[in-house]
Amino acid sequence: MGEWWTTVPIGTSLGNEEISSISHVTMSPSRPNNLVSMYSSLPLSRSSYNMLSAFCTEDNIPQCISYINQELDSLGLSSTCIEASSPGGAGLNKAPALNAIYELLQIHRRDMSTLEELEKEQLKKCSTLDHIQMNNSRLKACMTRCDQLELSIREKSGLHETERQLLLKIKTMQSCLKTEKDEVQKLQSVVASRASQYSHDAKRKEREAAKLKERLSQLLVDRKDKKLAIDVLNCLGRSDGKRSQWKTAKATAGHESEMYKSLLNDYEVSQRSLMTENAELKKVLQQMKKEMIHVLSPCQPSPRGATADDSQDQVDSDGEEKAGDSSRETLDQSCEYAREQLANSIRQQWRKLRNHMEKLDSQASLVQSQLESNQEVVPRETHENEMERMRREVQQCKEFIHAQQQLLQQQLNTSFDDETAALLNDCYTLEEKERLKEEWRLFEEQKRNFERERKNFTEAAIRLGREKKAFEEDRASWLKNQFLNMTPFMDRRRCSSSDGQSALSIRSEPELRISSTKAKLAKSSAYTTFSTPKPLPSAAVPSTAELYRTLRLIPDSSSSRNSNRGYWQESSSVEDGDARVQPKNRVRSGDLSIFSLGEDEYSLT
Amino acid sequence: MNFSEVFKQSNQLCKVSPDGKYMATCVQYRLEVRDVSTLQILQLYTCLDQISHMDWSSDSLFILCAMYKRGLVQVWSLEQPDWHCKIDEGSIGLVSSRWSPDGRHILNTAEFHLRVTVWSLCIKAVSYIKYPKACQKGIDFSRDGCYMALAERRDCKDYVSVFVCDDWHLLRHFETETQDLAGLEWSPNGCVLAVWDSCLEYKVLLYSLDGRLLSAYSAYEWSLGVKSVAWCPNSQLLAIGSYDEKVRILNHITWKKITQFEHPSSINNTKAVVYKEVDKRTAVTSDDLSLHITLGTALFNTRSKYEICPLPVQFPVVKPDPDRANPKIGVSSLAFSSDSRYLATKNDNMASVVWVWDMRKMSLVAVLEQTSAVRCFQWDPRRPRLALCTGNTTLYLWSPAGCVSVQVPTEGGLQVQSLNWHRSGDSLMLLGKEQLCLCYMDTDQEDK
Repeated sequence: MGEWWTTVPIGTSLGNEEISSISHVTMSPSRPNNLVSMYSSLPLSRSSYNMLSAFCTEDNIPQCISYINQELDSLGLSSTCIEASSPGGAGLNKAPALNAIYELLQIHRRDMSTLEELEKEQLKKCSTLDHIQMNNSRLKACMTRCDQLELSIREKSGLHETERQLLLKIKTMQSCLKTEKDEVQKLQSVVASRASQYSHDAKRKEREAAKLKERLSQLLVDRKDKKLAIDVLNCLGRSDGKRSQWKTAKATAGHESEMYKSLLNDYEVSQRSLMTENAELKKVLQQMKKEMIHVLSPCQPSPRGATADDSQDQVDSDGEEKAGDSSRETLDQSCEYAREQLANSIRQQWRKLRNHMEKLDSQASLVQSQLESNQEVVPRETHENEMERMRREVQQCKEFIHAQQQLLQQQLNTSFDDETAALLNDCYTLEEKERLKEEWRLFEEQKRNFERERKNFTEAAIRLGREKKAFEEDRASWLKNQFLNMTPFMDRRRCSSSDGQSALSIRSEPELRISSTKAKLAKSSAYTTFSTPKPLPSAAVPSTAELYRTLRLIPDSSSSRNSNRGYWQESSSVEDGDARVQPKNRVRSGDLSIFSLGEDEYSLT
Repeated sequence: MNFSEVFKQSNQLCKVSPDGKYMATCVQYRLEVRDVSTLQILQLYTCLDQISHMDWSSDSLFILCAMYKRGLVQVWSLEQPDWHCKIDEGSIGLVSSRWSPDGRHILNTAEFHLRVTVWSLCIKAVSYIKYPKACQKGIDFSRDGCYMALAERRDCKDYVSVFVCDDWHLLRHFETETQDLAGLEWSPNGCVLAVWDSCLEYKVLLYSLDGRLLSAYSAYEWSLGVKSVAWCPNSQLLAIGSYDEKVRILNHITWKKITQFEHPSSINNTKAVVYKEVDKRTAVTSDDLSLHITLGTALFNTRSKYEICPLPVQFPVVKPDPDRANPKIGVSSLAFSSDSRYLATKNDNMASVVWVWDMRKMSLVAVLEQTSAVRCFQWDPRRPRLALCTGNTTLYLWSPAGCVSVQVPTEGGLQVQSLNWHRSGDSLMLLGKEQLCLCYMDTDQEDK
């Protein structure tokens, strides 16, 4: 390639040169070598030109001439040989020397021009090289792009291929579908034809069969089948007792009417049922409507304020109500108009109800949000109160439980030392025994009192008997004196009313008067006997009880009683205070003390 | 619940008279008539051949015994034992014999459905009706006994003839819009005639008594259609069971579908109670061996009981063979309870399951899953109580209150093939293959 590029400028330069030079060039095939040598020699010559004197002196002229001749020979300028004008002389033949110089100058000029040209060429070549390099890089980029392109092209072709295949497939599928469709159609037609053929055949066969049947029956009839017979011992009456009849012309009309009658009956029944159903539905509708009106009209003003919107509604509903009333009146006539009206009004009411419901819903949500923000609502307050109360109750219960727990703890603590527990138990039983004894004594005393009283009573009765007699006698005398004095009756009344003893009130007046005083006496004594024993235990029992209280030791096995007692102890101080004011109450409390009162207390809490 | 002793019978021919007083049983050639209350034999008749069909007249005075092979019908009187009547159909043959509703005529269908012969017992007269159609249910009498509807086939077209039973006058004769009429049935009030097409086409037609077409109903096309039809006792509903395992309910006003009941193979979410019959035999085997020896029979007689199944429930389904005709699929049995409140159904590919539907709520009430295929179920004519049998020695009863299974305590074990309620609802006739037994309900205990 390099050679190709270098030869071109030579070609172009050849045109400009003289023919002689051409011949020169063509003569020397190794021109570039010569050129190089020329280049190399030129600076030499230039530098030598400055030291010309050094090269050629007067002394060495012939040597220089010969040397130059040689040089010229080697340069191919042999024709113009410089000859010394005189052998061994320093003179020079002027014409050949000048020719040689001219020739050299020519050569030099030519070389210079060629050098210029070459330089130009060099520049040109450089630029072309640059250009070529640029081109090359551009081409290289192009190549890579080309590669990419090629790749994409290849891909594209691949895709095309697949597409083609797919298309092919589709085509085959379509053809398949077509054939299938055709097949289906064919099959359908086959089925249809077969069906028609089948039905035709079936019909034919059926006809044949019918014909056969006909023939068969004909034959059977013709044969006068002897066997075909009914053998009845004696004919039966009809089940309804009527004379049996067999298809008379008269009856036919009757049958028709009968049939229509039954049909009519059926229709009437169904119509009636439909009517009743309709009526019921209407009733339901009416009721619904009425209720709707009822629900709508009072509801609207109450929950919401008297806003303009509401008043509008109110007016509307009123108008509606009127319309409803009118429709109700006309409804019974069951004409179209009424029905329409009813339906319309219902629809309207329904719409309103729906609106109302929606409003209520929104209101409810509003109220809820209000409630959340604002807690000072009346139900909330009561709720709060209730909560407070319950909290208090819970607190009380807690306290109670706490007290119980405490007591239990104490009980447990005491029960840790068994000896004291046993002792206490013993004490308790002892105390109980004591109390029992006391009670026994009391009972005995009461018994004695009763005995004494009974004795008194018998004595009084005897006395009364005696006195009755006396009284009878007295009465006789009294009667004689015609009831002059009525005072004893008054006395009697006073006595009986004051007397609590109903058993004595049956007696007759005079006796009673006397006996009652005695009875009073007896009774007073009885009362004393009743009351006297009580202070004794009251003095004794509370003391032990109080002992336990102060000790805070309750000797019992059952925990429930313990707790009862424990609780009672707390309130007992008040009880005691009461007891001091009223001795009789005190007695009782002392008497029943530990058990009953404690229980009462418990039940109260 | 009490059980009578076991009686012999043949061909499951045993019927209680319409008045409920007598019970007629066929044993080979003989016809025995018993008093229902005492079970004493009142009359004994001997027929000429083995009896293939027996029926009471509507007034309970006569009994018809048909011997199809010989083409013979013999009629016996209960009041006059020496009265007799013999009808010979001769060479034309006999395939079906039945009483007319008045109990004074006998309708014999000849072989090949050549004709229907009407014999009068009053005047010895005979009348022929030609072209009767051979189908599932070609003759039906209205419940009041006034009219007879007869399916006919002429010129490859279906016709229906309505006769007045009183004097066999042809009242109406009309062509029906069916391809191949399969059956007809009067509504209980006798004013509407339901006609349905063969299973090849789903078509139910409703005709008025005067032959007007009131309505036609078709649920779907192409696949197999109607399998069974039942009227509600109050004539207000018509239930249609079909091969698609559904029951469709039509109303009597518009004759449109109100609802449809499906019979799914699994129940996931329902308010209905699912009763499952559980064999207790396994429980017995877990007992002591000594117990077994003493209760030797208990080993072989399976004691079953019902258990309430928790949802979801999966029922055993038999896939029908699509290549065979009359596939075992679809609702083949429908029965309304006497008060029209309940409907019991059976789907053929779940033969061991009986479905009970509430007709007021139009929803499923109960499902009874038996261990074996249900042979027969029938409602108590007085109460909402369903009796069913599965061909074993157990009688099953369902009522809204619950479900119970009762072992029939007979020696040798009566395999109950079918059952019939007495009209009072107090007793139940259980028919085995060769035996029968009466079951008396405890009127006190029934409500438990």
